[in-house]
Amino acid sequence: METYTFLRELADSWVLLAMFTFFVGVCLWVFRPSAKAADAEAASIPFRNETRPVADPASDKPSTTSSSLKSEAKDV
Amino acid sequence: MIDTVKLIALGLIALIAALAANWGHDISYQVHALIIMAIAAVMFIVQLRRFGSAQPAVDSTGYMDDVIRAGVIATGFWGVVGFLAGVFIAFQLAFPALNFDWGQPFTNFGRLRPLHTSAVIFAFGGNALIMSSFYIVQRTCGARLWGGNLAWFVFWGYQLFIVLAATGYLLGGTQSKEYAEPEWYIDIWLTLVWVAFLAVYLGTIFKRQEKHIYVANWFLLSFIITVAMLHLVNNISIPVSIWGSKSVQVFSGVQDAMVQWWYGHNAVGFFLTAGFLGMMYYFVPKQAGRPVFSYKLSIIHFWALIFLYIWAGPHHLHYTALPDWASTLGMVFSVILWMPSWGGMINGLMTLQGAWDKLRTDPIIRMMVISLAFYGMSTFEGPMMSIRAVNSLSHYTDWTIGHVHSGALGWNGMITFAALYFLTPKLWGKKEMYSMSAINWHFWLATLGIVLYASSMWVTGIMEGLMWREVDAQGFLVNSFADTVSAKFPMYVVRGLGGVLFLAGAIVMVWNMYMTIRGGAPVRVATPSPSQQQAA
Repeated sequence: METYTFLRELADSWVLLAMFTFFVGVCLWVFRPSAKAADAEAASIPFRNETRPVADPASDKPSTTSSSLKSEAKDV
Repeated sequence: MIDTVKLIALGLIALIAALAANWGHDISYQVHALIIMAIAAVMFIVQLRRFGSAQPAVDSTGYMDDVIRAGVIATGFWGVVGFLAGVFIAFQLAFPALNFDWGQPFTNFGRLRPLHTSAVIFAFGGNALIMSSFYIVQRTCGARLWGGNLAWFVFWGYQLFIVLAATGYLLGGTQSKEYAEPEWYIDIWLTLVWVAFLAVYLGTIFKRQEKHIYVANWFLLSFIITVAMLHLVNNISIPVSIWGSKSVQVFSGVQDAMVQWWYGHNAVGFFLTAGFLGMMYYFVPKQAGRPVFSYKLSIIHFWALIFLYIWAGPHHLHYTALPDWASTLGMVFSVILWMPSWGGMINGLMTLQGAWDKLRTDPIIRMMVISLAFYGMSTFEGPMMSIRAVNSLSHYTDWTIGHVHSGALGWNGMITFAALYFLTPKLWGKKEMYSMSAINWHFWLATLGIVLYASSMWVTGIMEGLMWREVDAQGFLVNSFADTVSAKFPMYVVRGLGGVLFLAGAIVMVWNMYMTIRGGAPVRVATPSPSQQQAA
């Protein structure tokens, strides 16, 4: 019963506060000014690479930059 | 070397299954042992016949779409099976003679009902989720599925899980937990399959060629991880014997009830909501040809859903032995959940901003929109029903059944149909579906079916709730339970007819998929003529 009481009190005090803070933090973080470009970039992901994967990662390309993906954009 | 190990393993499995079939304590366990023995024996023979011969080289350069094609077919197949079972048990409620005296105990409602729920949720919905997560994760990561044939193990392993679960229900093998009926050994098997699913999914994300993990993957990943957690905790049980299907739950009493509905509601939240939202966040932008309305909103939608849903389960246990604080907690979180749900709906609908004309010309978009509309409607209805005062009227009545079906048929069904219409031509290299007007027919059949279903269940559920609580001037209950049953008859028939329409729509879809795959030339252009729209 002691464990129950301890967990119960922990849950509706510090853990509740931590989770709520994390959630509010996420909501604020989403609206950081630099997110605009990243969001636009992420939102356009479904319109690339529809028919084939990006060229093999073992090849020379650094691969993850958006410029290297532009070449794939034509198969939208 | 590996071939030899495989042969030995398959032989051992067949042998142990044969022993289990002989020593099994109950018919469900024995039949399952025979199924497993047959599968292992066939695999053993196949393995033996190609022993030592060179394996054909697998082309592993493109996307791995074979398994998705299989998933598309399985989704269509299980959809029809599940809807058919649903229509049948709906008419069993209206006409009890359909329980068939000669078929007892296998054909009674009590055994067919879990067959229906598992067939639609886990077979139809589960296959839809697995195949679309394989499709989406490859396209949004720009990478081939990780793990090679592991994806095939996930597909066939999941089908085996469905077959074992379904035959088990008919033969009486159940642990009596709603939506978690399969017994212990089927639970263990599903755990293995699910871990493989997670590995394939995560492996593909790890080798992604995009910087960002697209938001659809967040939802799909949360679906996979949370379902694993729910499944493990809700199925903690001890088998009575290793040679029998019966097991005993470790939790008991109110703890067991709370764990069950923590599982049950989060199965709705993470299987039927988060997973299908993952599909929505990919297929709606693709079909509309424009990015999601607000990526910021989709992130907030995700985190709000994750943080809130997990607490909502206790609203299934109002006015029970559950402590009041827990049921209040469930109610409050259910009501708050309304907000992120509508945020997600708005995000999906507004993706069509500037492309609303497609609603007129593209029946697939129309299906997506009606699916989001039903998502919005049922996520408003749900929080309302979770309020204790409303729940005192609605609980145990058919209102709940109507609510579940407006969500499941409207939201999950429609978005899955749209995804199938999107994927079928793409995966088989066709320009579009064989018949666009058949999609229109499907749309209207399904929509009318849901409307009949939901409205009859509202009427009958509220009527039933009011009849149960009606007291006369002396304070005695006015109606017996049988009075409510006979008063519900007309609504039961209407509900069954709604189901028939929905099933008919699904059959039209399967025919259309078959014709598309078989490769007939398209009979219609993408844009229906005005006369067709009039007819629609």
